[in-house]
Amino acid sequence: MSTPTEPHLPEPGFHVVLKDDCPTCRHVVPVLRELEAAGRTVHAYYQDQGDFLAGLDHIVDDRELAWSFHFGAATVPTVIEVGADGEVQRAEGWVQEEWRALTGIVDLGSDRDAWKPGCGSLSVLPGVAETLEARYGSPGIAARPVDVDRFQDPIEVCYDRGWSDGLPVVPPTPERILRMLAGTDRAADDVVGIMPPDLVECTVEKVAINAVMAGCLPEYMPLLLGIIDAALEPMFTLHGIVCTTCFSSPVIIVNGPVAKKLGMNSGIGALGPGNRANATIGRALNLIVRNVGGGRPGEIDRSTLGAPSKYTFCFAEDESDPEWEPLSVSRGVALGRSAVTLFQGEGLQGVVDQRSRTAEELTLSIAASLLAVTHPKLCRWGNVVLVLSPEHYGIFREAGWDRTRITSELHAACERPGRDVIRGAHGIGEGVPEEMIDDVVPKFHPDGLLIVRAGGQAGLYSAILSGWIGGRAHDDSRPVTKEIDA
Amino acid sequence: MTRILHDPTSERSPLLRPRVAPPETLEGKTVALFDLGKIRSDEFLDALEVQFIARGIEVVRAAKPTNAKPASPDIIQDVAHKAHVIVEAVAD
Repeated sequence: MSTPTEPHLPEPGFHVVLKDDCPTCRHVVPVLRELEAAGRTVHAYYQDQGDFLAGLDHIVDDRELAWSFHFGAATVPTVIEVGADGEVQRAEGWVQEEWRALTGIVDLGSDRDAWKPGCGSLSVLPGVAETLEARYGSPGIAARPVDVDRFQDPIEVCYDRGWSDGLPVVPPTPERILRMLAGTDRAADDVVGIMPPDLVECTVEKVAINAVMAGCLPEYMPLLLGIIDAALEPMFTLHGIVCTTCFSSPVIIVNGPVAKKLGMNSGIGALGPGNRANATIGRALNLIVRNVGGGRPGEIDRSTLGAPSKYTFCFAEDESDPEWEPLSVSRGVALGRSAVTLFQGEGLQGVVDQRSRTAEELTLSIAASLLAVTHPKLCRWGNVVLVLSPEHYGIFREAGWDRTRITSELHAACERPGRDVIRGAHGIGEGVPEEMIDDVVPKFHPDGLLIVRAGGQAGLYSAILSGWIGGRAHDDSRPVTKEIDA
Repeated sequence: MTRILHDPTSERSPLLRPRVAPPETLEGKTVALFDLGKIRSDEFLDALEVQFIARGIEVVRAAKPTNAKPASPDIIQDVAHKAHVIVEAVAD
């Protein structure tokens, strides 16, 4: 009997799917011998190894699981009676009465237990089922198929076709795409939104393909879809961030249970490499913008210098201190709910202060560094994320300062006398308009300073993530926070 | 034996439309000076406007509200309706 690549009608008789690693399958082998002795035709398909079936007339190697897939076997053993016109009936596991009714042999298996439950078929294991669907079924993937010759390296094919951000991508095979799609309940043809800059429909399937390429796991899909939803909010101005001559890219900050569920890093090295979820979720968004939206560097992505954050920039907030109000909560999401905040940002600027010991000192110290955002003499031009490390946060915490207090103190410490920051002051052409000479000029919009906690336990350092200068258009472009169901 | 990959792109084929040939002369034409919202775009366009008017060329001004977002179709169609030629101030 050949291995099927297309569904076709098996021969009439009893077809039994089994595996050696199943006590019930081994339990029914004498029953199969009884059937043969009674003149029934039995085809025994083994999924792992077939020695335990020795002596039977028709043993079929189904280690490729093709027959198991075509039979739709979810359990082993599964016995299927096939007649001239196809399947007549089936039974799963070993239920003596059912097998007797199915075979018409009233005393079948009389020396066996009356009942033993079956085991899971290897063909329905997570990951395997999608592989079999891609190989033998109708995967139903709408995206254009690209044939790769057996002598070609699929990774190089992805490079050649311009699908990569410069790093190797995981080739988007049907099996991997189906596995990724299994990570969401949403239909593959659901339109997630209109992706800039080309303003084209982005389907769940296209998200899954790019998630495969980025190296995501299927369980990341709900979060990734929520991130895309946030990125496509008009207020996030994704088109502008991608196409600008500036350095900007989406910075993704994750709050709530989903971060723990996916094993995201909010601790040591949170802003760097080493964590699969952090690295690949951020990369997936950028690949989607590139591949679906058409935002390729040097083409419509006009960034003068680019930025490492254009590869990926995604991390979780450290919510281990119950006294700390998470970023998402400060932006209106209920405590305990998962949420994402998308910030129009770029790289990071370190704040090294190993000497300040009071909250007041540290405020002045961090404020001095915050003044450099966009330019020391530009005010309300860009928003900012301040990532407070545990040791720096500890100084504020010891003083009894919470998020609100730290934020307001930093805003106050960042105010500048107009005469210091007007155009031409201190011999520097850049600056705020000359008519602001007598004003006290705030550095940031009131909602333009976002504070997040992250990082390892040791190190009196924090990080500043500068914002895009589109932030000066306060009514048109702001960070976006959205609750997500993930 | 071949393997299959699936296309991660939008699968669009760009439609290349030939540009309208520049006019031989601006005489009798209307020039749109389009401010993309970048810093000092207006200064550049103001200077150009003076030059065009001095040469007797009709000028209309148009602008995007912000450089953070693309121009809306309404703005693009309005400019296309009013002018034969456009100058975009793109640089800071």
